[in-house]
Amino acid sequence: MTLTKRIIPCLDVKNGRVVKGLNFESIKDAGDPVKLAEKYSNEGADELVFLDITASDEQRKTIKELVRKVASVIDIPFTVGGGVKSLEDARNILLNGADKVGINTGAIKNPKVIAELMELFGRQCVVVAVDAKRNYSVDNSKNIFSENDKQFWFEVFIYGGKEGTGIDVINWVKEAEKLGAGEILLTSIDKDGTKDGYDILLTSKVVDSVSIPVIASGGCGKPDDMIEVFKKSNVDAALAASIFHYETHGVNGVKSYLKNRAIPVRL
Amino acid sequence: MVSVAIFDYGAGNIFSLKNSLEKVGATVDVITTFDNSNVYSGLLLPGVGNFDPAMNSIRNYSKIKFRDYVGHMPVLGICLGMEMFFEKSEEGKEQGLDVIDGEVIVLPSSMKVPHMGWNNLEIKKPGKILEGVKDGSWAYFVHSYRVKPNSNDVITAESDYGIKVPAVVEYENFFGTQFHPEKSSAIGKIMLENFLKECKK
Repeated sequence: MTLTKRIIPCLDVKNGRVVKGLNFESIKDAGDPVKLAEKYSNEGADELVFLDITASDEQRKTIKELVRKVASVIDIPFTVGGGVKSLEDARNILLNGADKVGINTGAIKNPKVIAELMELFGRQCVVVAVDAKRNYSVDNSKNIFSENDKQFWFEVFIYGGKEGTGIDVINWVKEAEKLGAGEILLTSIDKDGTKDGYDILLTSKVVDSVSIPVIASGGCGKPDDMIEVFKKSNVDAALAASIFHYETHGVNGVKSYLKNRAIPVRL
Repeated sequence: MVSVAIFDYGAGNIFSLKNSLEKVGATVDVITTFDNSNVYSGLLLPGVGNFDPAMNSIRNYSKIKFRDYVGHMPVLGICLGMEMFFEKSEEGKEQGLDVIDGEVIVLPSSMKVPHMGWNNLEIKKPGKILEGVKDGSWAYFVHSYRVKPNSNDVITAESDYGIKVPAVVEYENFFGTQFHPEKSSAIGKIMLENFLKECKK
């Protein structure tokens, strides 16, 4: 055997509570991130990702307490991201029990923070999260791709997908790797929320541009979407949120399905 | 109740390790020097940080030497902690603890580095840490270097990542895991319990 593909449930957290429509019958309080983390961990999740989408820095202070609680109930790795701007933000998350810190807008605004984090905590702690969107205004300075007779490049978006940066995703992930990223969490804005499958082209191009692990995110609506992204790209992990919100597709069920279709997973 | 210490190099998440040890019944102190009297039954060198800063924090902030402090007490080195048992590492320039003959080298560039995720343990021979752990069990790895002992006798389990990566080593009172038992779910818990059993002896 060898290294397995990782299946990673993602929890969006706002003011210390899980948001997005959740539909669990076995959990009385679906909004409690600690209970959900425990449930996913017991079901066989390989890792967890928490994205803090709390609006203000003041309210975000709740994350420290949350990290500590989660770390005391689960015994699998977890990443915390959202609003990480400085070394201090990252330290707060890591020293309270998270294994990795996800940094997105903060890394674009100040790329040096990637190197600083790497030097202090080691490469494995540094997850650079990249939100990518197809831009059809083709420009020769960018890495141009085509699909269905349309040409485009992948643009990095920041502030939760609200603001374009003009930065090319392929160039940025290479730069992030050079600076000290240990992993890339790659989200397709085009696909996010569609339940239509991952952006295979984006995922495979990013995977082929770096030699660190990549997590595919955005668009997963069913286990077959994971199979597709694992078969058509050399991606290391698949992240999903809504798929795990239904008991029929519990983490264990999804992983058994994948295993039966020759995807190496931990069961 | 068994009392153990985690040595903190000051660089990362040791909360998870402390918490996992407490869950299996240990009393855990976090220490940053060997100069206070050793009241513990075991010592853990955690797996987060970089080789040189971690070695410096072990060597430079105590008058008492690591080996003198430890004596015959069981020591569990996790990931970087295990790498520090060896003479030297390609990650840094500092001399290692040199309790096991051999060196630490970078993973082959043909593979993605870091080696990150769940991989199987191939058990080579019985070991104290591996008691009750089945061949093929999953453990969570995240590392960019691997140990290369002069003698394969110290290796009790390996993992396959393009090449054979030593996953568990045992030498006298020194135990090392390249993976993170505190992040390896139920199997990791068994191994931490096994280590505490050694500490109680």
